[in-house]
Order: sequence, then C-alpha cells, then structure tokens
Amino acid sequence: MTLLVSVFAAVLCTVIWYKNAPKDEMRVSILCWMFWGASLMWLVDAIFEFAELGAAYFQPAPADMLNDLFLGLSVVAFALVVWLVILIIKDPKGTVRAAIFKKK
Amino acid sequence: MACFLVSAAEAAVVTIVEKAVEKKEKKVEVFETQSAEMTQVPLSRKLKWLRNMLWGGALLLLFEHIWHGEVVPWFPFLTAASDPADTLQMLKEMATVGVAMAALVTLVWLGLVAVVSIYEKRARNSSSAKA
Repeated sequence: MTLLVSVFAAVLCTVIWYKNAPKDEMRVSILCWMFWGASLMWLVDAIFEFAELGAAYFQPAPADMLNDLFLGLSVVAFALVVWLVILIIKDPKGTVRAAIFKKK
Repeated sequence: MACFLVSAAEAAVVTIVEKAVEKKEKKVEVFETQSAEMTQVPLSRKLKWLRNMLWGGALLLLFEHIWHGEVVPWFPFLTAASDPADTLQMLKEMATVGVAMAALVTLVWLGLVAVVSIYEKRARNSSSAKA
C-alpha cells in the first residue's frame, strides 16, 4: 500500500511537472525525484517480500493495509514538508525575500 | 532494517563526484563557445538526477524505518544494532535488499541518461544539418 501511494504521488507530480516544463519555478521536480526514488526502493522491498511470502503478499490483513495506507499518506505529507522547506529556502521566485524586505 | 543506508551511502558518493564534475565544468565553460552547450546536457546535471533520486528515496525510507521503530533518536540509532543476532540479520538485509535498491535506482538512471543521449544526438544532427 505504501508503494502504491508513493507511485501515485510520483505520477501526479510528474504530470504537474510536465504541464509546466521547461519552467520549474515551484521546483516540482524535487518531489518527482523523491517519490520516484522511494517508489523504486519500495518496489525492490516488495519483490523481496513477494519472494518470501508468495501469493500471501497480495492478501494482507485489513489492519495491515490500513496501517500501510496511513504510513503512505504520512510519507507524502513528510515529502511535501521537505519540498516546502527547500522551496522557501531556495526561494526561486524571490517572493520570501520580497516579503521580508518590503517597505511599509 | 537499515536497507536505506546503502542508498544513502551511494548518494553521498554521487554528491561528492557531482560537485567535483560541476567545478570542472565551470572552469571549462569559460573557454568554450556557446554552440556546444545547446545540444548537450552537462554531466553534473545528469548526476544531480541520480543524487536527488537516491537522497529523496533514502529520506522517505528513513521516515518509514522511524515509523516501524527500526531507527531511534538515541545510540546506536538502529534497534537491530543492539543485539548481535539482529545485527547479522540487518547486515544481510543491507547486502541483499539495500544493494538491490541502490542498483535498481542506478539502473533506471542509466536508462534515463541513455534516452537523453539519444535526444542529444538528434539535436546535434539537426543543428549540424541547419548549418
């Protein structure tokens, strides 16, 4: 479930990035790389788990599924916070600087 | 258990290499004409893609490990490191799952670089045809 949430997030971010490319003012590419990297890593994790559990891998208990969904959504929230911090620090549009140094 | 550490280690190495390559490219750029830049993506930018994927993935996996209680904010930081039997299991997991994770990300990046090199070749051909 975590892998699924991560892949959906990666696809969504890539579509948003593609829509605005080659401009990347909001640095959506950071989210794309982050989610694709994590998705690939969780894919490997899933393959190893499948090799160990076999078909049972696709029949998780409802409680496990819910916990994994909760984890997946938390991962997305964490990634969004990381992205926001990078965006504010790098401030590609100069908005933060303009807001801080604006004269009354 | 700590599979993300392999990707994080590779990310650190890639970051160092990328910074060195970027420095070298900046030195060369001063003497080069602009014509070549239009049809070629610098190596440092390609390395940046790999770096971002590895650091991003390792960061999100770190979050997952904290969630599962496998990483803690006190020494030795990895719960598996406090028991020798668990440590052995952790090292085995790093050598299998961790290495496979880093290898897959690198493989996907190589594929991406191969596709980009096709685009570069096409761009070079079309620019030379125009000239």
